[in-house]
Amino acid sequence: MTRHTLSVLVQDQPGVLARVASLFSRRGFNIESLAVGQTEVPDISRMTIVVNVDRLPLEQVTKQLNKLINVLKIVELEADSSVQREIILVKVKADFDSRSHILETVQLFRAKVVDVAHDTITIEATGAHDKLQALLSMLEPFGIRELVQSGMVAMGRGSRSISDRNARSTEKTT
Amino acid sequence: MSTSHEVNSEAGTQGTPMTGAQSLIASLESAGVEVVFGIPGGAILPAYDPMMDSTKIRHILVRHEQGAGHAAEGYASATGRVGVCIATSGPGATNLVTPIADAYMDSVPMVAITGQVPSAAIGTDAFQEADIRGITMPITKHSFLITDPAEISQAIAQAFHLASTGRPGPVLVDISKDALQADTTFVWPDSIDLPGYNPRTRPHSKQIREAAKLILSSRQPVLYVGGGVIRGNASVSLRILAELTGIPVVTTLMARGAFPDSHTQHLGMPGMHGTVAAVGALQKADLLITLGARFDDRVTGKLSTFAPNAAVIHADIDPAEIGKNREADIPIVGDVGEVIPELIAAIKAEIELGNIGDYAGWWKELNRMRETYPLGYDLPTDGSLAPQYVIERLGKISGPESIYAAGVGQHQMWAAQFIGYEFPGTWLNSGGAGTMGYAVPAAMGAKVGCPDKTVWAIDGDGCFQMTNQELATCTINEIPIKVALINNSSLGMVRQWQTLFYNERYSNTDLQSHRFPDFVKLAEAYGAHGLQCDSADSVDSTIEKALSLNDAPVVIDFVVHRDAMVWPMVAAGTSNDEILYARSIAPDWGSDD
Repeated sequence: MTRHTLSVLVQDQPGVLARVASLFSRRGFNIESLAVGQTEVPDISRMTIVVNVDRLPLEQVTKQLNKLINVLKIVELEADSSVQREIILVKVKADFDSRSHILETVQLFRAKVVDVAHDTITIEATGAHDKLQALLSMLEPFGIRELVQSGMVAMGRGSRSISDRNARSTEKTT
Repeated sequence: MSTSHEVNSEAGTQGTPMTGAQSLIASLESAGVEVVFGIPGGAILPAYDPMMDSTKIRHILVRHEQGAGHAAEGYASATGRVGVCIATSGPGATNLVTPIADAYMDSVPMVAITGQVPSAAIGTDAFQEADIRGITMPITKHSFLITDPAEISQAIAQAFHLASTGRPGPVLVDISKDALQADTTFVWPDSIDLPGYNPRTRPHSKQIREAAKLILSSRQPVLYVGGGVIRGNASVSLRILAELTGIPVVTTLMARGAFPDSHTQHLGMPGMHGTVAAVGALQKADLLITLGARFDDRVTGKLSTFAPNAAVIHADIDPAEIGKNREADIPIVGDVGEVIPELIAAIKAEIELGNIGDYAGWWKELNRMRETYPLGYDLPTDGSLAPQYVIERLGKISGPESIYAAGVGQHQMWAAQFIGYEFPGTWLNSGGAGTMGYAVPAAMGAKVGCPDKTVWAIDGDGCFQMTNQELATCTINEIPIKVALINNSSLGMVRQWQTLFYNERYSNTDLQSHRFPDFVKLAEAYGAHGLQCDSADSVDSTIEKALSLNDAPVVIDFVVHRDAMVWPMVAAGTSNDEILYARSIAPDWGSDD
């Protein structure tokens, strides 16, 4: 199985998130990450969905997704031709001895310290999935008190916007 | 309330002030609705007041919302128009869930309208509140929750458009009580604004040309015809295509009637209880020309061994069906009503170039299968009545112009096998969902849509007892359906599986319907004619008697042999190659492979 990133334009209507999420579960797919937000066009939202699935079942879930009336367009974003970012907030145990080591790690990953307490440091980091996983594995030994991760957001590189790109299944746009 | 008639007489006029409820009725009238099946209740009550004044819409008061849903399905399947059912919030709406799921599986155009608790109470677990939009999300083509009276007409217009175009299906419109009560202005939209919905009906011409070439170069092709050909009104062009090419045809359970059973090119129904010739043709084919069918597990048997040598042309209006279960070599997204005529034109062009198909050898093999393994059944040795005989005679006597609606189980399979269907829309059944209790209300809906036709419900004693209360609806509303009750005192199909796969341990399949209820008395209690028949000698005369009684519904209690089984059979999960012609009898497939 491989990770696929789908950008889905939807009409911003009540229940649309439930429709998309329940379609994945009904057809037996796990959503690895999901992020929803408004776009430059009023009343159109964009979902970035990361799924871990083989090529053929992905075809099927995309087609089923296309059948939802509120779904306008689906584009698959390849890792090498798109910018993919997640954000994490992580609260790490930090005593007098470990603090400077942690700050070094923070520097190394171009992360940011957003809060400090006498025994913890809270770090904000953005980046691609793998980079953030690497950061977390570096912080792990210090002791992670709390972790929150966003869903991934992604955008194609170059000057074209998603509305110029070919839909993953052409049926929707013709 | 005395003013409602005056207001309603203006219904359909753009810009007329009225309540949301009146707008709903005016919208249904504008959508061309002639009949709705339903039951009122608290949340939908405002809609029932203007309904009373509508001169265009006939409301048929059913006895259970499930009956309303199946009646809408039967109406839709028999007429091709959108069926409409209506119910109140909470349990009224949840009782529609089964027929909605049924309509979704069998692509039946249906609009279900439900009342919802007032918008301020939504989410508070109010009396008779259920999130019916949420509940029906996975079993509808789309669903609306309307809380603004101004949006009612648009939602109804969109619902009818969605239900009847593309791949048909059920659409739910849930309307809060306050939206029905509030004032609004009626505006029937002149266009449908659904930017995310553009079903492609016109096939790619390149795919069509490739398909035509493949068809003519194949040597063992089969036209694998599904219910889409009926929904897409493509029966006439299918026949032209079949006769132009001379290719054998199989019609799935959902497609019975799409191609005449009397036609020499028809090999019958494929699948779990299909004919040996139809199943064998698919297994040995080098090309499947799949039209509006979806490679359902009941047709394919064990998928990995299905039609192992066949290339696949798959035409369907739903792109998600193509490649879902079986990879297509030539996928064609489009309405079969447009695909088949284009295929005909492309094949004619090929033929003119001298490219002519040769299927003589194939037919020789198929004819051998067909002649060696015709459909048949054994007569019980104890002199009791064979259910297959009853159904066979019913089809012969009532004829192919009649409409037959079946429940689910053995009687359904026998009705699919032993009645000769000649026309689309004459065979109604619950194919995908397998909903027991479908027959009586579906027959009722079909009879409302086709009042001049004889409409039979062929039902089992198990199925019948799930929805027979609609006989009251039929009697009172003068809907004289006829019910052929195949009474084997059992949940017959389940019993058959217990016979075959559970060492004849009959756990909870004995309904004891030979003792209770007394179906003749039950029929009479509902104001229907009740007849009984338990011997082969009186089958014809009883059917003829039933056909002569048209002043009220008729129920014939055919008391039949309980050990009769449906054959041929491909056991669930096994390969079609392991089809049994009868118990322990495997067909000889021939030696050429």
